[in-house]
Amino acid sequence: MNLARTLACVVLLLVCVVSLGAGWFAPSGYARQFREAPSSPPSRQHWLGTDDIGRDRFARVLYGTRISLLLAPAAALISTLLAALVGGLAGYLGGIWLRLATGFTDLFLSLPWLFLLITVRALLPLNVSPLVSVLITFLILGLLGWAASARVLAASAQTLRSSDFVLQARATGVRGFRLFLVHVLPNLKPVLYAQFWISIPVFILSEANLGILGLGVAEPLPSWGSLLRELEGMMSFRDEPWRLVPLLLLIVVMTSFQTLLTDETEEVAA
Amino acid sequence: MSRRIFLRHLLCLVLLIGSAAGQGSELRFCLRAEPKTFDPLKVDDDASLTIRYLTGGVLVRVNRQTQGLEPELAESWKLSKDARQITFKLRRGLRFSDGAPFSADDVAYTVKRLMDPELHSSTGDAFRSGNSKVETKILAPDQIAVIFSAPVVGLDRLFDQVAIVSSHSANKDGAVLGPFMVAEYKPGANILLKRNPNYWKKDSQGRALPFLDSIRLDIQPNRDVEVLRFRRGELDLINSIDTEYYDRLASSSPAVVHDAGPSLDSEFMWFNQVATAPIPAYKRDWFRSTSFRNAISAAINRDDLSRVVFNGHAQPAVGPVSPANKFWFNSHLHAEPYKPDSALQRLLADGFRLQDGTLRDKAGNAVEFSIVTNAGNKYRERMAVLIQEDLSKIGVKVNVVTLDFPSLIERIAQKFNYEAAILGFQNVDLDPNGQMNIWLSSAENHAWNPQQKSPETAWEAEMDRLMREQASATDPKKRKAAFDRVQEIVAEQAPFIYLINKNALSAVSTSVEGASPVILHPQTYWNADRLTLHSASQASR
Repeated sequence: MNLARTLACVVLLLVCVVSLGAGWFAPSGYARQFREAPSSPPSRQHWLGTDDIGRDRFARVLYGTRISLLLAPAAALISTLLAALVGGLAGYLGGIWLRLATGFTDLFLSLPWLFLLITVRALLPLNVSPLVSVLITFLILGLLGWAASARVLAASAQTLRSSDFVLQARATGVRGFRLFLVHVLPNLKPVLYAQFWISIPVFILSEANLGILGLGVAEPLPSWGSLLRELEGMMSFRDEPWRLVPLLLLIVVMTSFQTLLTDETEEVAA
Repeated sequence: MSRRIFLRHLLCLVLLIGSAAGQGSELRFCLRAEPKTFDPLKVDDDASLTIRYLTGGVLVRVNRQTQGLEPELAESWKLSKDARQITFKLRRGLRFSDGAPFSADDVAYTVKRLMDPELHSSTGDAFRSGNSKVETKILAPDQIAVIFSAPVVGLDRLFDQVAIVSSHSANKDGAVLGPFMVAEYKPGANILLKRNPNYWKKDSQGRALPFLDSIRLDIQPNRDVEVLRFRRGELDLINSIDTEYYDRLASSSPAVVHDAGPSLDSEFMWFNQVATAPIPAYKRDWFRSTSFRNAISAAINRDDLSRVVFNGHAQPAVGPVSPANKFWFNSHLHAEPYKPDSALQRLLADGFRLQDGTLRDKAGNAVEFSIVTNAGNKYRERMAVLIQEDLSKIGVKVNVVTLDFPSLIERIAQKFNYEAAILGFQNVDLDPNGQMNIWLSSAENHAWNPQQKSPETAWEAEMDRLMREQASATDPKKRKAAFDRVQEIVAEQAPFIYLINKNALSAVSTSVEGASPVILHPQTYWNADRLTLHSASQASR
């Protein structure tokens, strides 16, 4: 493990630990409104100041990070499983199944995903608690984000299908779903892991995109998207530099993920 | 100082003066969208409205400062008692920008074109009454009567929106009677308006107006860019500015920002009372209860909405008419004070009970509802979050939902699949007739329960009657009395829970002289023909 990767691991671990301990580090909570002190600068009570309606920004950053870092992997898991099911099976079965799955995946990829997300979200019931809304948001991301991974997995499964060990297994009488489960799927694991890790930052950014449009996690629950919206209308970095903390944190986390993934990919390639 | 340095300075000075002289005095500001039309009779959007205001000549003009009606192309006018006829005495010797003479023929031509159903003019729609038939009678070259088949309320003020077009000129859009004329249009980039050489007005010292040589309107939808360009001195004014930008500009250059006080715009919340709405029956019963709506209204801290969300640049709203509307506002009414305790008492008296911090109705249902608003409007989102917190203090759980605008409109206007909503009205019309499409129970914008075949409640029936009464009465006092009562009913029944009236905020560079921002549109350049620019600011561009 090189230094950059170690550093990335430490950063991610630290961010995870601090966000999981949000209740301890920021006891005021993410929703409490200090209405006498909206948009206040950092102080001993509010380390990163307060937002436009007087909520403690540090608490919101921690809780928002917790939500993004916990639920993005969950969404990534859903999308990777779906991709394995559609792409892996289609690649393994080949023929008409592969053509059908490829066509369906291409169709899915050609859809404007942002508008699709907005449409799907608008159709959902309104009267849900913020916690349910955040689960729904990431569930939608997971259910809609499988197509790109499915293509990669279909290609990998297709290669495995004609590999020597699968032919040998066939020759010994292993057939059908058992062949897929015992011989193909385990060999797809490195690709599945890679797709899983790649999906996490994608979903974090997707939620941030939705949040910036005001369509992500429901208030008063924070998320990185809603935190980044605060930068709207900021004219100069010098005015209130502490407002940049969520953006910097997002950059640091994404860079750390990228560092880990690059090394992972290099290892797989090697 | 050596002779060489002296000569260099002299050369710079000459160049500066030369460039300033070559450029002339040019006012610059932004349009937030492309104008849809240059035809003044077809105007239906803000950008086109700006062009019409700056280029169009009108018979009478509402003074944006005093809100009174003043003569323009018409020296005087007379309204018949039955409000069916208006007779204008026109100024003589005026010419359009292309040199064509102005006469009663042009007014007749304008009215005929305006009322042509094929034109689909929204300005013309305001004049429609009875069978929509309008006649014009030219009494003399400088005198004309416009006769309607039925009374038109506020008839004289409606002519503030009618820019007279030339009946003789070949290029109808190019011949104008206003202070400026369109000289150049680069789609997506800018519109250049140049001084109308034939403009008729003069200032008190007899100098020809307008003082400015030109106005450059840059098409810029991005407000961040607009403010940055204003800060850099590339723009001279921002007609309407958000609270956040206002405060940021105020901190760096307080002399450029102007808060003209409460505007005509209002923000409000309402509950879905549609009988067929796909919401639980027990919730519909809450929403249709006047007492419930009033209790919710009393539990909202409007002072905090104004102070926290709008940084103090808003006032707690009283009702459908802003206090800025000097004539029509019912001054006996006051904004609902924040009284969470009395709100709770009112609900308890109605059979609700507070159990473990949760308010429940008689049947034991927890009082919980969602408030929808449009995504991207951060002020409405913030208001919803503050209301969520306020109502939690009386045990009411609120879920805030933001939706993209088309989805929101579909839910509140077509499917009625929502519980409560926060939106706002941008009022440009002082006259209550502009609100007919809101208060009549049969109207589409009767948002809480639209398009009723017959009024479902006694108070809605009374509002229908009063609105029709004020729309048909010609005596301003009678109209005022009827509309005052409508405002009282709205305050009593709270079909709309009015939240705040935003202040009219604008920014005007210190290089602009003569600007006096007001609450009515166009806030900053309503007296564009009398604005001037410092020559130093011109030279620095």
